Amino acid sequence: MKKEDKAKTAKDMALEQRAISVAEFFEKNRHLLGFDNPSKALLTVVKEAVDNSLDACEEANILPEIEVEIKELEENRYKITVEDNGPGILRDQIPRIFAKLLYGSKFHRLRQSRGQQGIGISASVLYAQLTTGHPAIIYSKPNKNGKVHVFHLKIDILKNEPEILKEDLIESGIKHPTGTKISIIIEGKYIQRYHSPYEYIKQTAIVNPWAHIKYKSPTGEVFDFPRAVNKLSKRPKEIKPHPYGVELGILIRMLKSTKSRNISAFLQNEFSRVGANSAEEICRLAGIDLTRKPQSLTHEEQEKLLKAMQRVKLMRPPTDCLSPIGEELLREGLSKEINAEFITTITRDPSVYRGIPFQIEAGIAYGGELKKNEETGEQAKLMRFANKIPLLYDPSGCAITKAVSSIRWRRYGLEQSGNALPRGPVIILVHIASAWVPYTSESKEAIANYPEIIKEIKLAVQECARRMLMYIRKQTRVKRETQRLSIFENYIPLIIENAKELAGIKTKIDIQPIIEKVVKKDLVAHESKGKENN
Amino acid sequence: MKVKEKKIIKKKLEEIGKSVVEQAKNHKVPYLRIPSRTTNNIVFDPKSLCYVIGNKTIMRSAGNIRHVKPMAQMLKVASFCKDLVEEELKHETKRGLYYISESWGEKLKFDEQPESDNIIEDIEAMIGEPRENFHIIPNPGGAVYGDLTLKFKNPSGKMMKINCLQTADGQTIGPRMSEAEIVECNAKRVIAIETSGMYNRFMEENAHKKFNAILVNLEGQATRATRRLIKRLNEIKKLPVYIFTDGDPWGLHIAMVIMAGSAKSAHINKMLATPSAKWIGVTATDIKKYKLRSDKLKDVDLKRIKELKKDPRYRSDKRLLEELKTWEEIKKKAEQQALLKYGLRYVVDEYFPAKLKEMEKK
Repeated sequence: MKKEDKAKTAKDMALEQRAISVAEFFEKNRHLLGFDNPSKALLTVVKEAVDNSLDACEEANILPEIEVEIKELEENRYKITVEDNGPGILRDQIPRIFAKLLYGSKFHRLRQSRGQQGIGISASVLYAQLTTGHPAIIYSKPNKNGKVHVFHLKIDILKNEPEILKEDLIESGIKHPTGTKISIIIEGKYIQRYHSPYEYIKQTAIVNPWAHIKYKSPTGEVFDFPRAVNKLSKRPKEIKPHPYGVELGILIRMLKSTKSRNISAFLQNEFSRVGANSAEEICRLAGIDLTRKPQSLTHEEQEKLLKAMQRVKLMRPPTDCLSPIGEELLREGLSKEINAEFITTITRDPSVYRGIPFQIEAGIAYGGELKKNEETGEQAKLMRFANKIPLLYDPSGCAITKAVSSIRWRRYGLEQSGNALPRGPVIILVHIASAWVPYTSESKEAIANYPEIIKEIKLAVQECARRMLMYIRKQTRVKRETQRLSIFENYIPLIIENAKELAGIKTKIDIQPIIEKVVKKDLVAHESKGKENN
Repeated sequence: MKVKEKKIIKKKLEEIGKSVVEQAKNHKVPYLRIPSRTTNNIVFDPKSLCYVIGNKTIMRSAGNIRHVKPMAQMLKVASFCKDLVEEELKHETKRGLYYISESWGEKLKFDEQPESDNIIEDIEAMIGEPRENFHIIPNPGGAVYGDLTLKFKNPSGKMMKINCLQTADGQTIGPRMSEAEIVECNAKRVIAIETSGMYNRFMEENAHKKFNAILVNLEGQATRATRRLIKRLNEIKKLPVYIFTDGDPWGLHIAMVIMAGSAKSAHINKMLATPSAKWIGVTATDIKKYKLRSDKLKDVDLKRIKELKKDPRYRSDKRLLEELKTWEEIKKKAEQQALLKYGLRYVVDEYFPAKLKEMEKK
């Protein structure tokens, strides 16, 4: 018997088994992060860099100034540079932020931000490294009067640790008093239209009207997306998790690492909306003594505790962790980028899914420049956003699309076939703000179908649609009335003129009172007829 | 047309304009009342034996969005016609009027001819005059042959006299002919013939002399001009009128329109119909009696017979109703020219005198 054919022993197998580094895992599963094809990869890199810049600026309460440049170096090879006026990054942090996957400040907290796992930008660095072998070059200036740190970074794939190829301290390289600039060379493909970087930046500009973004495309065109308001949206606060939104694994981890001495204190300190009474009730329901040490619970007790936490009646989680765009600012954003004749926006009150607060905002832009598509009966354009990030891919898998398509649009004056998006000169915008957006995958392309979320989206969009219908009705009424009026104004003088001619009479006749009488009468008759029809 | 009539027509047209001006002067929203020409206002008048228009009227108001344009157009058309009447020698056809409206501007021009036709009929109904009288003339059609002298102004305005025997194929009946003054007429009767073939036979066989008659070629369904001339000969010269058609329900109905008018022209039937006219044949009975070469009645023919049996114009005439029933029995139809099987002269020498005698007895 040959060695190869011999059955493996547990020892043999143990030799082959080893931990897989996260970086290695993502090298093999790049599609999970939005790098499935070259055109999408290019967009993802832009997106991750812009998102980071916006997050950083807003956290530091700075009105964002962002410059994006995509340069074609050779066929299918692009250099992407994104520079911001954010607070910059401290020297020691730079390598880990850009060259270590799952490193970041956003994963461990419950507060609304664009990034949430700390994967995006380092995944871009990894992708560059895998496709072109080039390191990412980071410039950072954290102090107004300080110098600029320059890093050439790669990721050690096996260890998921940064690999610093070069470090430097230079005098200039950042335009603003503080800021960060990242430059990445990847293999990619530049496309125009719907999934283009242009579209992404334009949509970003709509929901971030306080940001000023400049974009230079590979074809050399420069687009300027001006700032519409000098005010950032409300800053989100960090909150503790709500008992309803906790899963067993997280609870166990929290129980182990807490500094609280007993269960009662643990519940009150680590969760939101839990006071002494609620804590007592939870323990009573779980059959666990209040004074037990958190670390001492058995697995069975941990499960009981979780069940009890979710059964007890509690206030909804606080919603100041949310940062909606706001009706006003959203309208500003839409009107600066879209030349429509009617724009309406709405921000719903916060709501909760699985114990996690979220808030829906919606907007509808109607008519104007959108009307040029009317003859073709094109579908309305649906712009989806999550935490102020445009979602360009996977519309059909997204709860937003599902919610918007399930509205009966004919009621609101638009054509619709089956359960599709409506047709007409319309842009529908939906934004979900949440401390934890339930994406369907790590590439953050679509929102998962939570009934609470779908319901809120529908209510928001329906309210906008209702306002749009009122506008359309008023427009058609005004149009019809003017039309009717002009018919009378045109023909009554002709009636009088020809009657005089026919009768051979030359007396002067004042026509105005007759027209006024006719129009007044006609209006009354027409309105009462309209009421009958309703 | 005589000068007096011209004045009457002009006045009638002017009245339409005056009523509108009067209302407008008093700041009222002007309207016009027009006799309704819809089917539910067309009634058979047993006294005059023709379809006439009833008492219902419709209102056309400047305060109604759907009326305001046609009302303006109607006044423009009436005004245009008044000018035609005044000019005396100018006439236009319905089609012509439709094209003339192009020159009235975007607001008043007619988009389709039925719109202008409808307005002309409204004016006819309002002033109770056929459109010939306000110079919107029908197309010529039909011819007249016989010892009849007519006086008229030719298109250039020259007074002319014509004797209808001094023509090659008979005198074509157009709008001027139908209103021409009857100067001399020594005939005793009018014979109206459906087909040109039989009309020619009658001319060549000197039927006008033999029957002391004026021959009229209907060329199928009689035009308004022809019906008008027949009526005037009947009314002014008291000539009895005999109508000779093909032996089928369609031929009979050609005669009926001359006698009682058509529903479509109910508002002016009094000017066009000749209720005393008589249908000679070819009758259904003739087909049997003279053993005429015949065709089977088709489904459409039988359907037409059923319709006609319900028509009040037939219901009031026992003889015609009987003939319709006979057709249904024998299920045969025959053309006028089927009589030629007995030779060229037979129809004039034998058939027609016999029929005439029969009719005049009654």
